[in-house]
Amino acid sequence: MSGLIRRWPTWLVLGLGFAFLYLPILVLMFYSFNENKLATVWSGFSLKWYGKLLQNDQMLGAAWISIKIAFCTATAAVVLGTLAALVMTRMRRFPGKTLFGALITAPLVMPEVILGLSVLMLFMSLGEVIGLAPRGVVSIWIAHVTFTLAFVTVVLSSRMAELDKSLEEAAMDLGANRVKVFFLITLPIISPAIISGWLLAFTLSLDDVVVASFVSGPNSTTLPMVIFSSARRGLNPQVNALATIMIVVVSAGAFLAWWLMQREEKRKQRDMQLALQDNG
Amino acid sequence: MNAKLIGKMFPHPRWAVISVPYLWLLVFFAIPFLIVLKISFSRLAIAMPPYTPIMEYVDNAVSLKLNLTNYIGLFTDSQYVQAYLSSIKIAAISTLLALLIGYPMAYVIAKLPPSARNIAMMLVILPSWTSFLIRVYAWIGILKPNGLLNDVLLKLHLISEPLQISNTPTAAYIGIVYCYLPFMVLPLYTNLVKHDHRLLEAAYDLGAKPWKAFLTITLPLSRAGIIAGCMLVMIPAVGEFVIPELLGGPDTLMIGRVLWNEFFNNRDWPTASAVAIVMLLLLMIPILIFNRVQQSEIEGRLT
Repeated sequence: MSGLIRRWPTWLVLGLGFAFLYLPILVLMFYSFNENKLATVWSGFSLKWYGKLLQNDQMLGAAWISIKIAFCTATAAVVLGTLAALVMTRMRRFPGKTLFGALITAPLVMPEVILGLSVLMLFMSLGEVIGLAPRGVVSIWIAHVTFTLAFVTVVLSSRMAELDKSLEEAAMDLGANRVKVFFLITLPIISPAIISGWLLAFTLSLDDVVVASFVSGPNSTTLPMVIFSSARRGLNPQVNALATIMIVVVSAGAFLAWWLMQREEKRKQRDMQLALQDNG
Repeated sequence: MNAKLIGKMFPHPRWAVISVPYLWLLVFFAIPFLIVLKISFSRLAIAMPPYTPIMEYVDNAVSLKLNLTNYIGLFTDSQYVQAYLSSIKIAAISTLLALLIGYPMAYVIAKLPPSARNIAMMLVILPSWTSFLIRVYAWIGILKPNGLLNDVLLKLHLISEPLQISNTPTAAYIGIVYCYLPFMVLPLYTNLVKHDHRLLEAAYDLGAKPWKAFLTITLPLSRAGIIAGCMLVMIPAVGEFVIPELLGGPDTLMIGRVLWNEFFNNRDWPTASAVAIVMLLLLMIPILIFNRVQQSEIEGRLT
């Protein structure tokens, strides 16, 4: 008990911090069950906004487009990100490595308006030069891969940098070439990081409104674009209902990713202990 | 898979590994900036695309016409100058607020036992996995004149009239701090958790007060984390569009909104491009600092 009292500053900081982070989300979810049309006046429990949402073809169509784009984005970003992480962590310096490093980390902080504008200008110029400009789903996909790639690369490189190099070296001493070492040793070890990188890219893509607004064409309105135009007009209980569904799905996904990473970490520690016991 | 098959699929693995992501980034990230730079020097035209070419091929010679009116316009029209200054001000104040909230959080989490640490950090990061747009939207309902915050404050008799927070710069500050807080806590925590406790114990043994020990040991050692966190918050916040648009109301002037309006409402691509280039130049130094910190982090070197 005295420990609890002595540690009150810790609990105060954590309590206030987490209240700030979570209360707005919980309030939003709470009001999605509100029967009243005015989203901030409580008048009784109801699931009617969820029912209305299920009949809203515009939102459901946009959600389907967004999920498809996010799926393809995450898959491409993980493949490119794995290669980029190999370049960052496993390769000796080569001409242009500094530029590569700058290009890979800059999208992490680049304002979205600049990213969106510049990618659109590229497609417009392509249209002028070769008469073929990707507009719509493909252009959103390309823009999303470009900025999610940075996040995936950071996740994967930090995993690869802390990975025990002696395993890879041992395999190479036994005659495996670099490619074989990658597929048989490195890839299986970093697979949890690949899964969490994939999920991160998926959620980032599913979330983007600014870049998509710049590069989208007709028939490629994504879900965030629909939510954004609705939010600009004010509160809409259907958006609360949609947000609640998204939060539950995303939290479950994020929790799963976190749990996989934790389990991997624990297994690694156990393996290390077993190996030490065998030696001793 | 056997080694021969893999060897056939990738005859030069090293260059294949480098060139695929490199080409992607060059084509879809680097070259677009050059195109934006090019368009920023062109003139607005009523055509599709709505700008004039800057290079012309006349009499067997290429003539390059750099048109600086877009840039001159940016620096003479006070609206743009004010938008840049107010973006930097809003981003800087928000970053400071995020640091003041984020540092204590990262500090106490780093002092928790390891298992509690992981759960606490997951709880910090979890909101940033849920939609950014939805988290901004959540504040609209809370800050409205008849929203939850005013309701609670009125019921507690702390205020007699509803506060006008929504559609003011204050709401934009709250939104930015709220959305970017996890990006501040994460690098600070990663840094603080690596600190060697023995340094602090030595300081206590030598009679230092906790505050003195914090200021002379912990704070200087966490410099890299502070820099990374501040850059992660401030650079995107300068160009933020969604938060000022949804929460800030018409009085919150930010350069991301100006760029958006030039592009979507005025269809003035050359001015939008010039706005983007100047924003990029402003952010260049912080981006370079961030890149250095981030790369040493990635490559596993200690800063």
